Amino acid sequence: MRRFEIIAVLLSLALPATVAHAEGDAARGKVVYEDRCGGCHALDANRVGPAHRGVYGRKAGGAPGYDYSLALSRSGLVWTGANLDLWLRDPRALVPGTRMAFHLEDPRERADVIAFLRASSAAKR
Amino acid sequence: MTLNVSTLANPGRRTALRAGGLGVLSVAAIGVLAGAPGMARAKDAHSGDIDILNIALGLEHEAIAAYQVGAQSGLLQKPVLAVAVQFQGHHKGHRDALIGAITKLGGTPVQPKSMNDYAMSLGAASIKSQADILHLAQRLERGAANAYLGVIPSFQDRAFAQVSARLAADEVMHWTALTGALGEALPTMPLTFGG
Repeated sequence: MRRFEIIAVLLSLALPATVAHAEGDAARGKVVYEDRCGGCHALDANRVGPAHRGVYGRKAGGAPGYDYSLALSRSGLVWTGANLDLWLRDPRALVPGTRMAFHLEDPRERADVIAFLRASSAAKR
Repeated sequence: MTLNVSTLANPGRRTALRAGGLGVLSVAAIGVLAGAPGMARAKDAHSGDIDILNIALGLEHEAIAAYQVGAQSGLLQKPVLAVAVQFQGHHKGHRDALIGAITKLGGTPVQPKSMNDYAMSLGAASIKSQADILHLAQRLERGAANAYLGVIPSFQDRAFAQVSARLAADEVMHWTALTGALGEALPTMPLTFGG
C-alpha cells in the first residue's frame, strides 16, 4: 500500500511538468527563446552556451564541439520534456556543479520554450 | 527601415555615464574582492559564482567581437561607427572588471574565441547593411541584459548580484539607443527585461 502511495506522490509531482510542456506553444516559445535564451544560445551555433537544435531527446552534454562542465557531461540525463522543465526552472538544483545558472521562472514560458526546442529539434536546419 | 542616426550619434551623456560607471563598478563590486584578503583562498566556496562570472565574460568577449565585426564592415556611417566603438569600449570595461573579479576569486578567466569563430556563430556573412549590424547588436544587447538578470538568483555572494544588475543596466542602455537608431518604437508594456 505504501508503495502505491509513493508512486501516486511521484506521479502527482511528475504530471504537472509533463502536462505543462505538452501544452507549450512552439510559436510563443520561439519568441521567449530568442528573448531570454538568445543571449547565450543559438539553434545552430555553439556560443557562450551550446547549440540547441536536436537537444530534445538528446543525452545531456551532447552538442558536438561544445566544452561542457564535467558535472553535466557525467549527469546521465536525457533531455526529456520533464527534465528540461526542471533544468530551466533551476539548473543547479538538477545538476549541481553545472555552469548554467539562468532561471526561467514562469512555468508557461518554460513549457513554451520546451515546445519550441522540441519542434526545432524535429526540424532540419 | 529609417535609421535615426542622430539618436545613436549623441554620445555625450553616455560618455559621462561610462566615465562614472566603470569606476563605480570597480569600487562597489570589485572593491569588495580587493578588500577581502581571504577571498582568493575561498575559491571552492565561490566556484559557482566564478562559473557565472565566466559566462558573463564570454558574453562580453562576444559583444566586443560583434562590434568589431560592425566596425570593420565598412557599412557603418561615421557617427554610428563612433557610437559602436563607444559601446564596444563599455564592453571592454565590463570584460576587464570581470577578469579582475574572476582572478581575485582564484578562478581562470575564459579566453575569447577567434574572430573567425565569432563571425561564423554570429552570422556575419549575412550582414549586408548598417541596419543588419544594428539589429545584430540590438539582439545581442537584449539577450545579454536578460542573461544578466536571469542569473541573479544563482549568485552565492549578493555583491555579484548587484554587479550583474549593473551590467544588465548598461546593456539596456545600449539596447535602447540601438532601438531608437533603428526607428523602432519602445515597448508599450512595462517590465520588458528579465521577467
